[in-house]
Amino acid sequence: MKEDEILLSHGSGGKLSYSLIKELFLSHFDNPYLERLDDGAVLDIEGVRLAYTTDSYTVDPLFFKGGNIGKLAVYGTVNDLAMCGAKPLYLSCSFIIEEGFPLSSLEKIVWSMKEASLIAQVEIVTGDTKVVNKGAADKIFINTSGIGVVREGVNISGNNAQVGDLIMVNGPIGNHGIAILSEREGLKFETAIKSDTTPLSSLVIDMLEVSRDIHVLRDPTRGGLATTLKEIALSSQVEVEIEEEKIPIEEGVRAACEILGYDPLYLANEGKLVAFVPPKDALAVLSKMKSNKYGRKSEIIGRVMKRSEGIVYLHTAIGGKRIIDMLTGEQLPRIC
Amino acid sequence: MRYIEEYRNKEIARKILEQIKCISQKEINLMEVCGTHTVAIFRNGIKEILPPHINLISGPGCPVCVTPLRYIDEIIALSREDNFIITTFGDMMKVPGSTSTLEREKARGAEVRIVYSTLDALKIASDNPSKKVVFMGVGFETTSPTIAWAILKAEEEKIKNFLVLSAAKIMPPAMKQILESEEVHIDGFICPGHVSAIIGSYPYNFIPSQYGIPCVISGFEPLDILQSIFRLVKQIEKKEAKVEIQYKRVVKPEGNRIALEKINKVFTLVDAEWRGIGKIPLSGLEIREEYASFNARKLNVPVEETREIEGCRCGEVLRGVITPPECRLFKNICTPENPQGACMVSSEGTCAAYYQYGRKR
Repeated sequence: MKEDEILLSHGSGGKLSYSLIKELFLSHFDNPYLERLDDGAVLDIEGVRLAYTTDSYTVDPLFFKGGNIGKLAVYGTVNDLAMCGAKPLYLSCSFIIEEGFPLSSLEKIVWSMKEASLIAQVEIVTGDTKVVNKGAADKIFINTSGIGVVREGVNISGNNAQVGDLIMVNGPIGNHGIAILSEREGLKFETAIKSDTTPLSSLVIDMLEVSRDIHVLRDPTRGGLATTLKEIALSSQVEVEIEEEKIPIEEGVRAACEILGYDPLYLANEGKLVAFVPPKDALAVLSKMKSNKYGRKSEIIGRVMKRSEGIVYLHTAIGGKRIIDMLTGEQLPRIC
Repeated sequence: MRYIEEYRNKEIARKILEQIKCISQKEINLMEVCGTHTVAIFRNGIKEILPPHINLISGPGCPVCVTPLRYIDEIIALSREDNFIITTFGDMMKVPGSTSTLEREKARGAEVRIVYSTLDALKIASDNPSKKVVFMGVGFETTSPTIAWAILKAEEEKIKNFLVLSAAKIMPPAMKQILESEEVHIDGFICPGHVSAIIGSYPYNFIPSQYGIPCVISGFEPLDILQSIFRLVKQIEKKEAKVEIQYKRVVKPEGNRIALEKINKVFTLVDAEWRGIGKIPLSGLEIREEYASFNARKLNVPVEETREIEGCRCGEVLRGVITPPECRLFKNICTPENPQGACMVSSEGTCAAYYQYGRKR
């Protein structure tokens, strides 16, 4: 049975999304910028290197522990720019709002977007509003685009991982995924876990200060750390090994995963980055990361072993070894 | 949650492995019946660290996987009716029926909602009194008490538009069937932890007494599984056969009396079709006549003719006769995005586990 309509899994950030992008979008829009499938494009415009990105935000529920859709829309785009090695400068913002949506909720969202843009030091300089009939959209959708400047000598891309690179994350993974799940209708459970929604631009600027040689930066959002690592391994054609014991995961996240049958490696994050750094700069970058408030719990979790067709291995805590693949479809709680 | 760390301690794992290597002499096949065990074994890389002569075989313990095609066709037929809401655990969305899946029916306009518990389905029913809300009753002894409870609650609260299409099953008869068929040689069973929390250890007693095969009821952390394997190897090497409970922190020999009472009150044992295994006597739970008004099967909605999926060998995989890579479809046309059989759909299905966590490809 071949798909002849769009299924939810096409948007999950996993394999089906990847093949939709590759087979449909890339084949029609084909150009060297898009081909890299990075979080944004880096364009050379009259001598200035400009990073440019866009993202649309839909989240259920709109308000969750540690954030809301507005904060997500600002930080998400800021982070996509940061992952190009850019200093984010300006954002656009457009709203698609369902008829009947409470103005007070909209105000709350806008207020928190303003706050987020102050913290991330970006300005929202252009925008658009559309209101659609009740039922034509689910409450509110937000799109933001952003531009930022990339300094000379910085060359960051998902296809730039090199043999020997050490792989780092800036803190515990999976918090956003669990925070959202815990408040979703029908699955409400008590947890102290908050979403990690944060801007990563200041962290990236700090990191680039000690090393212009960072090869890859990615924020493991949908699809989680596992999917991001597999994408990088594929586009750089390398073999990656990571250590389960080194991956920071908060106990509450681990416990929720045990109950639901989830793998934390596939949970979404909104304030995490994965960095591939050459060994000569690794310790300096790590200590700089740890001195930034968004990177205090940074860890080296693995390394690039050799060139290959793009494989990720995980050494498990009890001494086993397994392959890590992309997320396929949504993670769903198990039936027993 | 220090708890979890304790069950993943590398040092202890190494010691248990040494003990296993020390006493294990002969080549043995151990079947892990439960899908959650299959996934835990893959996630933790347990197959790679065991001595090569200890062979782990996956059993029929993934409820999604053993659900017959006919049942999927039944639910799809209901989803195409006007004024019906189908409520289901997420796993079932992609399971292929003869010609469609619920995921596709949803994209085409059917009202299908994913729920996380039977009580959510009940709430949807009470919020939508003008619609018939059908819950897909798929699962083993772990899920069936909650289905029973929802039906009892619906009766109590007079929620008349709540219906269940039951495909609930019980585990021990399937284990018996596998032993009877003699298609695959089994030296020991790693018995399901969650199911046993409900049914206790007694229902497995026939396995050592009639077939001379040891059983250990195991937890789901890597050290639980290693320790259960150790206990099985010990019984086998000593030529003993009994039911042991490794998962003592959750499982009592007598099980959970209240949950069992609820099951018995609402359900009656019937012969049931297991995908790939066939009809197993007294292995399914059907809603009793007293609660017939909650039974969606009584609506007699016409169902399309069942068409088996060509080339799919889920059945043999479920019986432990072949491993997924031996199926011609595996990874070629059968992938988690485009599953041909149920074993590739459920995250706890053997094919999906081999696909997601398998060796280098």
